[in-house]
Amino acid sequence: MDWTILIYKTIFLFIILFVTLLVAMYSTYGERKVAAFMQDRRGPNRAGPFGLFQPLADGVKMFMKEEIIPLTANKKLFILGPSIAMTTALLTGVVIPWGATLKIGGREFSMQIADLNIGILYVFAMVSIGVYGIMIGGWASNNKYALYGAIRAASQMISYELAMGMSIVALILTTGSLSLHEIVEQQQGMHWNIFYQPLGFLIFLTCAFAETNRAPFDLPECETELIGGYHTEYSSMKLGFYLFAEYINMFVSSAVIATLYFGGYNMPFIDQLGLSPNTVTLLGTAFFFLKIFGMIFLFMWIRWTLPRFRYDQLMNLGWKGLIPLAIFNIFVTGVYYFFTELT
Amino acid sequence: MIFLFYMLSAIMIISALLVVFSKNPVNSVIYLIVCFLAMAGHYILLNAQFLAVVHIIVYTGAIMVLFLFVIMLLNLNKAIIPQKSRVTRISAVITGGIFFLVLLAATRQTFEIHARYPFRGDIGLVSEVGNTLFHEFLLPFEMSSVLFISAMVGAIMFGKKDA
Amino acid sequence: MKLLTTRSKVVSDKKMTFLERIYIPAILKGMYITIRHFFGKKATISYPEQKREFSQVYRGQHVLKRDDQGRERCTACGLCAVACPAEAITMIAAERKPGEEHLYREEKYAAVYEINMLRCIFCGDCEEACPKDAIFLTDRIVASDYKRKPFIYGKDILVEPVDPDKRIDISARQTESVLKFKQDKRFAHNK
Repeated sequence: MDWTILIYKTIFLFIILFVTLLVAMYSTYGERKVAAFMQDRRGPNRAGPFGLFQPLADGVKMFMKEEIIPLTANKKLFILGPSIAMTTALLTGVVIPWGATLKIGGREFSMQIADLNIGILYVFAMVSIGVYGIMIGGWASNNKYALYGAIRAASQMISYELAMGMSIVALILTTGSLSLHEIVEQQQGMHWNIFYQPLGFLIFLTCAFAETNRAPFDLPECETELIGGYHTEYSSMKLGFYLFAEYINMFVSSAVIATLYFGGYNMPFIDQLGLSPNTVTLLGTAFFFLKIFGMIFLFMWIRWTLPRFRYDQLMNLGWKGLIPLAIFNIFVTGVYYFFTELT
Repeated sequence: MIFLFYMLSAIMIISALLVVFSKNPVNSVIYLIVCFLAMAGHYILLNAQFLAVVHIIVYTGAIMVLFLFVIMLLNLNKAIIPQKSRVTRISAVITGGIFFLVLLAATRQTFEIHARYPFRGDIGLVSEVGNTLFHEFLLPFEMSSVLFISAMVGAIMFGKKDA
Repeated sequence: MKLLTTRSKVVSDKKMTFLERIYIPAILKGMYITIRHFFGKKATISYPEQKREFSQVYRGQHVLKRDDQGRERCTACGLCAVACPAEAITMIAAERKPGEEHLYREEKYAAVYEINMLRCIFCGDCEEACPKDAIFLTDRIVASDYKRKPFIYGKDILVEPVDPDKRIDISARQTESVLKFKQDKRFAHNK
């Protein structure tokens, strides 16, 4: 075992964890600011300059609140729910290539924790386990609204996972690899996959909204119908975990979208500047984060623009709209590659 | 490695037993999920990453969600479960025992198969699985995918009928 | 039928065109509207730093005025209490003792004068009714509190301080039209 690699990976893991939590924390702040700005308000601006300490204040508030476990709830599962939601949300960041390689002292350090050759599928696996956090928590609360939320979450996740998977199949046809690292490397220059798979991107984006339970697909937790849905009975930091997991999911899915469709850490025209490789790598990572923040902003923008779907509309869109569209997309991509490979 | 193997096996066996013995059906489902995850761990130990992840996506992520979904909707509690008669119980034990014997016999057969196909480290990787599926087993693979597509189209048609 | 606004739309159940059915143009249109607001002017006024200007005739917390020599003008006639539509004002009159001439202008004064701020509707009828120019409504805001009791304001809060520098300025509300209105009322009374 190479100890330097092990130590590097451990440190890098903690950095990623820290950055993920930090971004998720400030996404809550960003969300409130964006919402406020779009509604002609100012948003949080009292805690610190421009309200920048608001997430800290919210965190303290969450910790200080009284911890309530309902008497009729299934206690073990009630605690298990938010834990699963948080864990799976954090686990996804492992396979995302945050940057190219750094060269320090003649050694190469990859800015990716694990380059699995099935990277995309790993993301899918984590997303599909993530639904258990919501389902178990909603069921264990022993509350009809929470149960409704849980059931809605389950059926929504399953329905949209299909279309998401199929939009990815078309993407894989163009890339020929499941490894996120290779997919990013193929998109060097301006060969971003969004130009080759615009329809697939739209389907993937819609499904990503649905998978992260964001508006207009936030039916599992809609306040007006289900008084909070699956986290109706939750309080204190358990509620905080659920809310936080949602923001982490948003961050990670933004990162996945940026990786798959927007060239990841690739920056156009960077090679012509004649910078040292390490600078290029760091710039690429910064650019990657810029893309991620752009995607997060898009998530928020959509949320504060569109009203929530009705449940039958949601199911119609998923099963009768997106899935046939995704199959059509696979078909077109397949036919295209079939004929171009022949000649 | 061997320690991991024994740990995963222990988790699998214990959770599998708990699936059978726990009274609450929701708990059973959750133990089954744990069992499946441990099985995915076994796949990873065999360097079959593709199989592991697909196993998680398909079984843990989709099928068990549907199980849990149905069980949550059914709202099973003790009053609903009917008391089985003695004949049913005895016949159930016999059937189960026979099935166990079949499994045991099948497991014994695997030693021969092991000898015929030596273990390759890359057997479970996505490229290997793809090559095998699309060369050796092309026809059955395509047949089953046509079956799946027709099932899906059928499901969508059922949905469209009401609308 | 006469339309109430220019922006009303007639609802119809017609079949949607393809562009309408894929929703994307509509979504983009909505997103354009929200992003325009994103960079637009904010409606919020950041209160403690930035105060919104009151209307010139804003009616807030009452004040019981003193005259130039620092004597209370109120003579406890009770006209304000009679005029009050919310019955928020109560008072107990007392006779001025010799040696208190520097405190009260008239021979009779209000020993207790209370306004229940939870009942008060800030109509300003008390101010109109007052023949001695003793009670006025000012542009001060009635402070919030946790209990009901503190909302019954006594003379300790209502009467302005003796110190000429700390007198409550009421001139802002006494616009020409207000004064003219009061004058007219006085004449009407004389008729």
